[in-house]
Amino acid sequence: MADKIATREAYGNALAEFGAKYENLVVLDADLAAATKTGVFKKAFPDRFFDCGIAENNMIGVAVGLSLTGKIPFASSFAMFTAGRSFEQIRNSVGYPHCNVKIGATHAGVTVGEDGATHQCCEDIALMRTIPGMVILNPADAVEARLAVEAAIKFNGPVYLRFGRMAVPVLFGDDYKFEIGRGVKLADGDDVSLIATGIEAEQALAAREILAGEGISASVVNIHTIKPLDCDLVVSEAERCGAVVTCEEHSVIGGLGSAVAECLSEKRPTPVLRVGVQDTFGRSGPAKELVSYFGLDAESIAAKAREAVKLKK
Amino acid sequence: MDTKRISELREIARQIRIGVIDAVYSASSGHPGGSLSIADVLTYLYFEKMNIDPENPTMEDRDRLVLSKGHSSPALYSALAQRGFIPKEDLKTFRKTSSYLQGHPDMKHTPGVDMSSGSLGQGTSVSCGMALAARLDGRKNKVYAIVGDGESEEGQVWEAAMFASHYNLSNLCWIVDLNGLQIDGKIEDVMNPMPHGEKFEAFGWQAIEADAHDFNSLEEAFAKADECCDRPSVIIAHSVKGRGVSFMENNVSWHGAAPNAEQYEIAMRDLGEK
Repeated sequence: MADKIATREAYGNALAEFGAKYENLVVLDADLAAATKTGVFKKAFPDRFFDCGIAENNMIGVAVGLSLTGKIPFASSFAMFTAGRSFEQIRNSVGYPHCNVKIGATHAGVTVGEDGATHQCCEDIALMRTIPGMVILNPADAVEARLAVEAAIKFNGPVYLRFGRMAVPVLFGDDYKFEIGRGVKLADGDDVSLIATGIEAEQALAAREILAGEGISASVVNIHTIKPLDCDLVVSEAERCGAVVTCEEHSVIGGLGSAVAECLSEKRPTPVLRVGVQDTFGRSGPAKELVSYFGLDAESIAAKAREAVKLKK
Repeated sequence: MDTKRISELREIARQIRIGVIDAVYSASSGHPGGSLSIADVLTYLYFEKMNIDPENPTMEDRDRLVLSKGHSSPALYSALAQRGFIPKEDLKTFRKTSSYLQGHPDMKHTPGVDMSSGSLGQGTSVSCGMALAARLDGRKNKVYAIVGDGESEEGQVWEAAMFASHYNLSNLCWIVDLNGLQIDGKIEDVMNPMPHGEKFEAFGWQAIEADAHDFNSLEEAFAKADECCDRPSVIIAHSVKGRGVSFMENNVSWHGAAPNAEQYEIAMRDLGEK
């Protein structure tokens, strides 16, 4: 297995890499540059980095002002303090005028670890999904995180990018193709489809191995773009497999599970079981332990998949 | 400023106020009080101060204005109509389902509107971003934001004030519309945000007191703001809410209410129309 690297790390590196290629790229942070890894960009392009201090709502507005004169601003903080604290600024000042602002939200989900519930945002996808025109990208590994950053730069409009704190394996190779709104089939299978996003892609692939040992053939799909959702791919997986398990490091309310269920209930009614944080707050603990504690690990996904297969008619 | 120019500006301001009343009356809703209090400031900015072109509303090096107190949209639309950005007759479509003139400014559909606004506090931060961008690009344009006195109770205003002075945004100038009233009553009774001058000075700004209804006073204040090259400026514009319409002046109930037919007639008479 390749070395592990957190998607936030890849985010910072990507900003620094693309800073040379895209001269209009500017980066804002709210006193967390060391944690969000925008500090890497700051070091490379100090004149295009602006610390806004611990004042996230203002940071979002400043990003809007910069975007209105042709800059491509990435405003960074933890998911809790962007999507969470600044929801209304993002809704009214970024979303409503459809400004070309990119929100780089790190430390999403329970894998924040020891800092605990106040900093573990499991609601950000739900919040961002409700904003018309908002694109939501949730990369699974460092390769995808880098590609997501460049896709966001090239995309004209608001993009919410979600990154994690915990180091995760690199799943994809140099030839990996990334297109906003296009899901990626990672593995074939016919009995149940595991539709995963972010760091859960790794867990879903591991769950597939467990299920294979029991004679259950599971496909694995990686949904890096939660909005707009690749409904065609979701429907085709549901048609072939007849049962779906969604996997996300986010509340089961309003995230990928909801998006997939909404899509399928309208286009192809299919049993959908949701792996995710079950309408509860996070807690302190080592990130890896919390993945199991909250039922986000491969074993939990496999258990849900067995249930899902039983629901098939 | 010579007296001829002053009387010209007064006439424009009168027309802007008439447009405000027409718009709010036609819509049977809207915010006349705070629109009338900023009518002279908008007149000065759009007809004397700002480098703008109605033929080219997105001109790159134009001065920018963010109406952070977005509920005063009738005054902004009326000023844009007087200046030739939008047809004057469109003011009567204000707030109607088929109209582009939204209750609060919508930059996507209204030529001359530099930022959508309405949720208080947010425009202040956007103006900071615009001023920073101008400096990064070496453009000489100014960025203005009109902030309500009640609006200054929003914490985000002070986050933005901190940012602007930290980055020495001397191309940024805010105008605080100090009309002394907000929805629930007098600002000092609801949640006193005063004294603005001392607060802004403490935040590293140049604070300038001015009479919001005196063009000489405004000219002097904006000139002072232009002269300051090491920090942002704020003009504390002492105004009268509802200015120009007798029964609306200093009356909190006209923050967000429309006149009836009888009141409309009185308002027009007050504004010298009948």
